[in-house]
Amino acid sequence: MDKAAIIGIGMTKIEARRDDWTFADMAFEATRKALEDAGMTIGDIDNVITTSNDFWDGRTISCMAVGDASGASDKNVSCVEGDGTFGALYGLARTLSGSYGTTLVTAHSKGSQSVSSLITNAAFDPIYNRALGLDMIGACALQASAYMHRTGTTARQLAQVSVKNHGNALKNPVAQLGMKLSVDDVLKSEMIADPLHKLDCSPVSDGCCAIIIANEDRAKKYKGKPVWIKGVSMCADAYFFGDRDLSTAASLSKAAKQAFAQAGINDPSSQIDFAELYDAFSYQELMWLEGMGLAGDGAAGKMLEEGAFDIGGKLPVNASGGLLGGHAVIAAGLYRIAEVVRQIRGEAGAYQVKKARTGLAHGVNGLAGQSHCVWILGKDK
Amino acid sequence: MAKRAAIVGTGQTFHKSHRPDVNGQELINEAVSRALLDANLTMKDIDAIIIGNMDHFEGINYVDCWSVDGSGGTMKPVMKITTGGTTGCTIAIGGYHLVASGMFDKVLIVGWEKNSESDTSGAITTAFDPIWDRLVFAGAISGLAAEAQAYIARYGATDRDGARVSVRDRKHALNNPHAQLRKEVSLEEVLASPMLADPIHLLDVCPRTDGACAVIMASEDSAEKITKTPDWIWGTGNRHPYAYLGDADYGRLTSMERTAKEIFKKAGIKEPRKEINVIELYQPYSFAGIIWIEDMGIVPPGKGAEYIWSGATDMGGELPINPSGGVISCNPIGATGLIRCAEAAMQVMGKAEGRQVPDVNHAVSTGFGGCWWTDMILHGKKKPNY
Amino acid sequence: MAENEHIVIESGEAAQPFNYAVGMYGSRFFKELRENKKIMGVKCPTCGKVYVPPRGVCGPCFQEMKEFVEVGPGGVIGTYTILRFAFIDPETGHQKPVPYGYGFIKLDGADTLFQHYIDLVDEKKVRIGARVEPVWANERKGTIKDIQYFRVVE
Repeated sequence: MDKAAIIGIGMTKIEARRDDWTFADMAFEATRKALEDAGMTIGDIDNVITTSNDFWDGRTISCMAVGDASGASDKNVSCVEGDGTFGALYGLARTLSGSYGTTLVTAHSKGSQSVSSLITNAAFDPIYNRALGLDMIGACALQASAYMHRTGTTARQLAQVSVKNHGNALKNPVAQLGMKLSVDDVLKSEMIADPLHKLDCSPVSDGCCAIIIANEDRAKKYKGKPVWIKGVSMCADAYFFGDRDLSTAASLSKAAKQAFAQAGINDPSSQIDFAELYDAFSYQELMWLEGMGLAGDGAAGKMLEEGAFDIGGKLPVNASGGLLGGHAVIAAGLYRIAEVVRQIRGEAGAYQVKKARTGLAHGVNGLAGQSHCVWILGKDK
Repeated sequence: MAKRAAIVGTGQTFHKSHRPDVNGQELINEAVSRALLDANLTMKDIDAIIIGNMDHFEGINYVDCWSVDGSGGTMKPVMKITTGGTTGCTIAIGGYHLVASGMFDKVLIVGWEKNSESDTSGAITTAFDPIWDRLVFAGAISGLAAEAQAYIARYGATDRDGARVSVRDRKHALNNPHAQLRKEVSLEEVLASPMLADPIHLLDVCPRTDGACAVIMASEDSAEKITKTPDWIWGTGNRHPYAYLGDADYGRLTSMERTAKEIFKKAGIKEPRKEINVIELYQPYSFAGIIWIEDMGIVPPGKGAEYIWSGATDMGGELPINPSGGVISCNPIGATGLIRCAEAAMQVMGKAEGRQVPDVNHAVSTGFGGCWWTDMILHGKKKPNY
Repeated sequence: MAENEHIVIESGEAAQPFNYAVGMYGSRFFKELRENKKIMGVKCPTCGKVYVPPRGVCGPCFQEMKEFVEVGPGGVIGTYTILRFAFIDPETGHQKPVPYGYGFIKLDGADTLFQHYIDLVDEKKVRIGARVEPVWANERKGTIKDIQYFRVVE
């Protein structure tokens, strides 16, 4: 893979409800921030990728609402439907294909406008599964049970993820849900779907994130600190739950392996300094860490208890507060990429991790982590 | 290193108005299997998959994930790209970039739709802004009718001119076994068909269709090993302007003009009418066959009808348009743009059978949709020198 | 079961309710419509174009717009059609009554076209360039339906 770098990021504050903003208003805000961050004007952007989902936005062709506001009025533009990490992957491909020197990628969502259980229920097969009434929470609760049963991970360990990430979110000005919690607070919160308590679940939020990707030539002209893209990979598992081993993340393992190989990483647990993962539910942080080989199989819970994933730990995970700290659905993975960029530049302020030379960002598509996208970013070219 | 990319195989379903004999995954798989067979490849050879459709026609969320049993995407990279009517062309452009970037060597591109599973006009109406556009909007036809009225007022075309385009495409469809509607019609029959939205008659517009299409693209490292006649991608581009329907310049397709200029300039094409041998135009209604070829730069503004009447765009003419029968004969929306791309590729590869145009050096395929949007691909027999 | 019987499962009464945020610009528009029968556009400080509906960004200039200007309420038909076919209205789930006039109206002082119904009392008068004015709803609630339709005036 040719070299490319992220040279601009823009994040709106993740919030529970922004009635004063249309999708376009959010996209404009994030785009302007990213341009300002990169020291660029819209004329410096060669093409645009927006990322959105028609179900979440309540309209077909949801990208129509944000094209002009993302600066795409007279530019080549496309739209990925899925997590922002997938949108960014396509943006990277367009930057490396020789067609465009710079790509602006945006991803937006307003969870406040819809009924999330109905929207995620529509991800189930209309013939066999949908009428059973499952939604994302139910699906992930099934997965949490399977994962806990296989690995012996405990409800207290899940709760500890929630405590850590909500605590980290207090330090991040763009996070929505910073909270000082105890393990007991989490365990005493309402049981939503066994074994997931309310505080094991991320909120459904409003937010838009934008990043600017540049090829090597254009990154050289950039005055700031480019963050280099070292490896990117995606992979989808089987669709029907009965066809998957829900307790493992096989597609994530494959994607991570490929991304590590591209980045020349042969010992991820020592060479990855920190990670921003898709923790839509507390158990996912542990399960994804194991799936990627950043923790031994079934060992993540114990490492967490030992503080390994704290901001000051051996492998800080979701120092930003992660999705538990604010979850604008489609944008969530792009926020992870932007947060990794912040850390590598050393601009993360109160939640800055000490060693931030090589970081991992991660996004998910589909139910219970069916499809994953893994990004390795680094300070060094 | 950026790489050149080519289409090495295509596959389509036999498109029909209603396919209750298959579910969505099975419909997709028909096209995928045919594309693999055409390229003499197996699923093992495929490095990534791009899929596209319009969510609200089938009501399935996260189609990239749901469709893996049909697309072959289990334990492979899968991505969904979607831009409304332009989707089919947009995903082909996506496949081009994934291959040209050097990130994936062989990419499978899948467009599909089962339009029979919902009310198409109602679903298209939800594409438009819920606050501002939805009250009066009535699916694609209402916007298209407004375009035709504006063009007629500006250039003095008649509904006979439109009907002539419909007669052409419906005649061409007789040569295409995959087309849904294969019945010749006369000018009089088009004009006598019910008025849907002035000045558009029933026989001026596309049907709704169940169908899927798959295209395989490969990098220059492997394209010529897979086929002796790869269809090289010479240029891709698009414009998706406007936030609301009222922002457009009615009577002109500005997005087509901007896109065509950019692509032809890159490819060094100075006289498109002479240098392009066949066009598969995403033409959802007859008048577009007049208006949009002007915007593409084939003929000057206001001269489209004259060119159509001359027979130049018929099979055997100077520049045949829609040898497949086009969108008027067949419209599984998420696949429609990709069918244009596949048909153009078949023309370049010499695989178009009964609808083959002789000696195709360059072909153009397009996608139309959204808020007066255009996507476009320039295909070529020779490997581009850039 | 016959060999060729293909079962189709209906989705039933399932619906996806949404609460669409109108935003700052739209809220101002609907407030003026409801309270003052005024139609508001927004002007780009760079190119001077006046947009209806108002929105935050001028696409071509990528410029934030803040200056609201009153447009209309009269205008001319920019383009139009007459809808004569029935389809399911996604707003109601029922067939939309046809025929109806569908107009893109160039409101006085605006540079974009504003969509609304056009009255079909005298179909022959519905032409591009014809002068129109809004017919207001008796009770205005701050929605696009505060205008019932536009009618052709001499």
